[in-house]
Amino acid sequence: MSAAVEDTFGGAGRRTLALPFGGVWRNGLFAAGTWSLTAALSYGLPDVISWGATELFAIIMLVGAGIFLALSVTVHRLGGFGRTLIHYGPWFIVLGLWLGVWEVLTAKLGWLPKPFFSPPQGLLHVYITDWDRLLICIAYTGRLWGLGFFSGILVGFAAGVALGWSKRFAYWGMPLLKLIGPVPASAWIPCTFFIFPSVFHASIFLVALASGIPVAILTAAGVSQVNRSFYDVARTLGADNRFLIFKVAIPASLPNVFVGIFMGLYYSFAVLVVAEMLGAKFGLGWYLQFNTAYSAYANVYAALIIMALICAGLVRLLFVARDRLLGWQKGIL
Amino acid sequence: MALALAEATPVESIALDVEGVSHRYELDGKSLQVLDNVSLTIAPGEFVALLGPSGCGKSTLLRLAAGLETATTGKVLEDGRPITAPNPDRILVFQDATLFPWRTVRANIATGLEARGLLGEKGFRIDEVLKLVKLEGFADFYPHQLSGGMAQRAALARALVNDPKLLLLDEPFGKLDSLTRLRMQNELLDLWKSAGFTALLVTHDVEEALLLADRVIVLSDRPASIVAEIRVDQPHPRRRDDASLVALRRSLLEKLGISHDV
Ligand SMILES: Nc1ncnc2c1ncn2[C@@H]1O[C@H](COP(=O)(O)OP(=O)(O)OP(=O)(O)O)[C@@H](O)[C@H]1O
Ligand SMILES: [Mg+2]
Repeated sequence: MSAAVEDTFGGAGRRTLALPFGGVWRNGLFAAGTWSLTAALSYGLPDVISWGATELFAIIMLVGAGIFLALSVTVHRLGGFGRTLIHYGPWFIVLGLWLGVWEVLTAKLGWLPKPFFSPPQGLLHVYITDWDRLLICIAYTGRLWGLGFFSGILVGFAAGVALGWSKRFAYWGMPLLKLIGPVPASAWIPCTFFIFPSVFHASIFLVALASGIPVAILTAAGVSQVNRSFYDVARTLGADNRFLIFKVAIPASLPNVFVGIFMGLYYSFAVLVVAEMLGAKFGLGWYLQFNTAYSAYANVYAALIIMALICAGLVRLLFVARDRLLGWQKGIL
Repeated sequence: MALALAEATPVESIALDVEGVSHRYELDGKSLQVLDNVSLTIAPGEFVALLGPSGCGKSTLLRLAAGLETATTGKVLEDGRPITAPNPDRILVFQDATLFPWRTVRANIATGLEARGLLGEKGFRIDEVLKLVKLEGFADFYPHQLSGGMAQRAALARALVNDPKLLLLDEPFGKLDSLTRLRMQNELLDLWKSAGFTALLVTHDVEEALLLADRVIVLSDRPASIVAEIRVDQPHPRRRDDASLVALRRSLLEKLGISHDV
């Protein structure tokens, strides 16, 4: 077991952990090496294509290298956080290398030309020059996404429970859901414009639809697949329908519901761009389109990275919530 | 051992009447007859054991008595009234423990009280039955953390906490090791004597039937009909090597179609 863990998580890091205090974190040293190499390349080689923020990028890489250097001797004193760092040691090394290669191929050699590719320093340049607009976009998108996603999964969950529980509901609802499910969000734009009072409401609807449909489908499947004997047991113990739905059907199908919510989360992000195409004034999706139109791909990449990070963060949060609620599943899966 | 329970629960019992019951399951247009004209009367407070070959319809009979299913023909009555729906007065302990995997042992046992809104009033009984089935230390475990036998004991506790008037037991000790099995049989017996409920126990273990029941009913192969009925008058506690029990055992095995040297 521990050998397997060591293999998968990078043996070098684990072994130094086993050393007494003062043991050196070798991967930290290597990371410091690759990061300072990238700093040197960025600073030392001339830019073939001008992107701006060259020095700042070199400085940041150098500071990163310094931090890894310091960590390589202190990491064992940092407890849990230190162990996480050690776990990701190989990633830090590769990240430094990757940034270096990327930087050389774009800014320094020009093999990957402007405007289609942007070196890391180009992205940095976007962040330092356009940060205020990006922040506003994040706020706008956050509002749209939050309203759409949460109303979507709530309605989707309720609809899913009804579809899975009631035969009559399923008779009318399931075919509709199956028809609506595969329709791409952009196909809804014409009628949403007509139905909803404002563009903002229409956009919320699109996000809600994208996140609600997988939740509805998976919840319905989960509820209808609940082992009949659970209902029998509950009924002999005196349960009424309400109890059967809320205390048997829903908890039993919660694992499925979470799969639906994960899917809904990804779909909702994918649909943001479409939703903000409707005429939003701000928002990350809007930012992407606006800058694509002007071939400002560095801005596009910069916004994409922000979206990816936010999405990853939300996925992480969802995992925490799932582990809380589905603790009983540990050891079954 | 069952003291706490004995004192806390003077339970009434009910009579169960099965009158000319035949039952068939419909499967893709084909129908499978499971019970064939079964009639039996169980007096209040009586302990009856059902023996029969696998797949003959024993569990089905219990489901009818629990009200989970309605007999195709014939009547199932409690104290003379037809049984139409499940009711916590008649509790079935299923052949598989069927614990709710998302509930801890304690919450599983609490299910019945919770469903009927009696948690505040009778919640204290949970600890009593936990002790009774020797699961005090496992109240906060989830079902997947229990052994098969522990799960079955938890399922038994989940039924007992409701003070059923009729306890329907579907091979409740099937998964227990022989020592725990003996202990649980004695527990059940004590409980039955003190609480006074009516008990209908399905088992494939002839000795178990003879050690526990007032009456043993033998069912035929599917479709099940009653082939024999044996009264066991021996007072409790019974010894399995008691001469008359050994004789009864032999005759029961013969009725089940298994002759000598078993
Ligand atoms: N819901 C059902 N639908 C169709 N057939 C069923 C159903 N439940 C049981 N049966 C059939 O009825 C017959 C009797 O089943 P039952 O569970 O009552 O047997 P049993 O006597 O309890 O057997 P065992 O001792 O193995 O538990 C079996 O042949 C089984 O296939
Ligand atoms: Mg059975």
